[in-house]
Amino acid sequence: MDKFVEKELNGWGRYRGSRSHIYRPEKVNGIAAVVQSRKEGSYIGRGLGRSYGDAALNQGGGVVLTERINRFLSFEPNSGVVSCEAGVTLEEILKVFVPRGWFLPVTPGTKFVTMGGAVACDVHGKNHHRDGSLSNFVLDLKLLLADGQQIRASRDENSDLFWATVGGMGLTGMILSVTLKLRRIETAFIRVNYRRTRNLDETMRLLEEEDQNYNYSVAWVDGQAVGGSLGRSILIRGNHATVDDLSPQQATQPLEFADRRTWTVPPQVPNFVLDRFSIRAFNSLYYRRFRQDPVNSIIDYDRFFYPLDSLLEWNRLYGKRGFIQYQCVFPPDTSRAALVEVLSRLSKEKIPLCLVVLKRFGAETGLLSFPMSGYTLALDMPMLGAPLLSVLHELDQWVIRQGGRVYLAKDSCLSAEAFKEMYPRFGQWQRIKTEMDPQNLFSSDLSRRLRITGVDA
Amino acid sequence: MKQVLILGATSSIARAIASELAREGVSLFLGGRDLAELEHMAADLNIRYGIRAHYGSVDAEDFAAHEDFLENAIRTLGGIDGVVFAIGYLGEQPKESADPVTALKIMNINLSAAISLLAPIANIFEKQGHGLIMGLSSVAGDRARPSNYVYGTAKGGLTLYLDGLRNRLDRQGVKVITLKLGFVDTGMTYGKKGLFLVASPEQVAKSACQTLQKPSGVYYLPRFWRMIMLVIRLIPDSVFKRLNL
Repeated sequence: MDKFVEKELNGWGRYRGSRSHIYRPEKVNGIAAVVQSRKEGSYIGRGLGRSYGDAALNQGGGVVLTERINRFLSFEPNSGVVSCEAGVTLEEILKVFVPRGWFLPVTPGTKFVTMGGAVACDVHGKNHHRDGSLSNFVLDLKLLLADGQQIRASRDENSDLFWATVGGMGLTGMILSVTLKLRRIETAFIRVNYRRTRNLDETMRLLEEEDQNYNYSVAWVDGQAVGGSLGRSILIRGNHATVDDLSPQQATQPLEFADRRTWTVPPQVPNFVLDRFSIRAFNSLYYRRFRQDPVNSIIDYDRFFYPLDSLLEWNRLYGKRGFIQYQCVFPPDTSRAALVEVLSRLSKEKIPLCLVVLKRFGAETGLLSFPMSGYTLALDMPMLGAPLLSVLHELDQWVIRQGGRVYLAKDSCLSAEAFKEMYPRFGQWQRIKTEMDPQNLFSSDLSRRLRITGVDA
Repeated sequence: MKQVLILGATSSIARAIASELAREGVSLFLGGRDLAELEHMAADLNIRYGIRAHYGSVDAEDFAAHEDFLENAIRTLGGIDGVVFAIGYLGEQPKESADPVTALKIMNINLSAAISLLAPIANIFEKQGHGLIMGLSSVAGDRARPSNYVYGTAKGGLTLYLDGLRNRLDRQGVKVITLKLGFVDTGMTYGKKGLFLVASPEQVAKSACQTLQKPSGVYYLPRFWRMIMLVIRLIPDSVFKRLNL
């Protein structure tokens, strides 16, 4: 277990990258063997590399790929409780269990993430306003600690460690396996309602009034709209369809549908493909696709949850410069002012926003978990260098003043000071980290940048 | 095929072959050294494909224990009509040629274990008049390179042994398939320099299972290795000994 490949890895945004020794254990005991060898000063786990910034990078240290540690360990067909190794992907869970009438309890906007990564980031989905984040459905975890112990953590057993690990960015230990409660479904389809809004006030009012009627709810915001149209959106809301909702043809095999064709973005895309003009055109066209009146339709879960998954390697669209996703959350009482400030500020700076998504969150969970009650805004933008970073640093300060925070799984430029202000429970988390891993055997570029662990690798 | 024994089941190629067979509803007995790993594999195959996967511990070098292991595996499966020999050990260069203990270990694991484990099964298949033997050999057995000729010798021996089984058993209705593998992205090759045209274990397993529809014989996987090895075997000794392969 001492073989490694030395190479540069990137975050999904292709803006942060660093060289490290990459290990790829093949067997269940392989993760422990790699970490116990102590050949590297520190280690971090890495699934499919979908965190945008530097969470799964470890410059000069070890990166442990979990891709081959991907077995299902148990499944209870009556309760939908599944246990699997860390490298199992959401795609595999869907492939195996949707035909049996079970669905992921929470899913992010891509199915190309591993369970280990999803738990470490305590991911949320379009149902956060109702169901909270993934950790709400995690029954227990098996964790490899820095001292070599393999222990279980759950709400009842080692609960401090459990709450430090969900959302803990892989820094409390290596997640080896996860037990998860799946959601019962009758069909593989979603009954979707699209509704166009004219401005931010209408968007927020409808989200607040109608979110309770939908299991899934998100607003796609036209990032180019300004002035009176600022915050105009398409609300995309859905519930799992029942067999009665389906067409007679769909109803014959309600848990199946035809796979979508996938496309792969070539490696070298010039920067101008996503520039201000193409982005404006795309946003405006998408907004205009929908009329004033609400539209209902039935679509399969893949099209509803994972529209970008059919475009493989879509991060290459931004060209060599890469991109940043800035995702922040504001508490309910400051949300409106904060959203206006962020959107108008970025528009004033002429920063092209390719994709803007707004959603209401429910309650808070893990000690370092991102979600908190309020509104979250996610903004995708090309990496435009220092000017963009200085605007984002100003936004960080604005977010702090409003009592909000930035999502670490997406982040690549937060400062250590800003991080500590955004995550008030960090002190509590740090006590657990210090107890479990005093030498910071588990560290990453992100943990050093935010001075969660020591600065040296 | 209904009841298949996989020897060396925890290697990534064997794992992928096990998945392919399980998808077809074949009952499996997984033999390997790492029980924790076998347990996870068996659970996974059961959950994904709804098949019964059994497992048991077998050490390639512990020849004395092979008979009991086989008896237990066949009894557990309730009969046997297929075996996949996927046990393999590359050793470490340059230790493999310099150190006789390592060299013998390589011979024992890759070749002697195959003979020890496959001979009794060949007898059973001969008696019952049907069965399939699939052996994972290597292109390294086609020509001895200075860098890994002990491994090459063992794999070359395995290829010959499988040829012999085929020549003996084909007329009895027993199929013997030799797979000569090129570079595959496994724990054996991970982190090694100078590899090219590396195939994934899943691709190789898929092709391996496609040969089940074909006649007894020797198959290169991926197929282009047949051409590469043809060229390599044509190089005259006078030239080959000066090459740095």
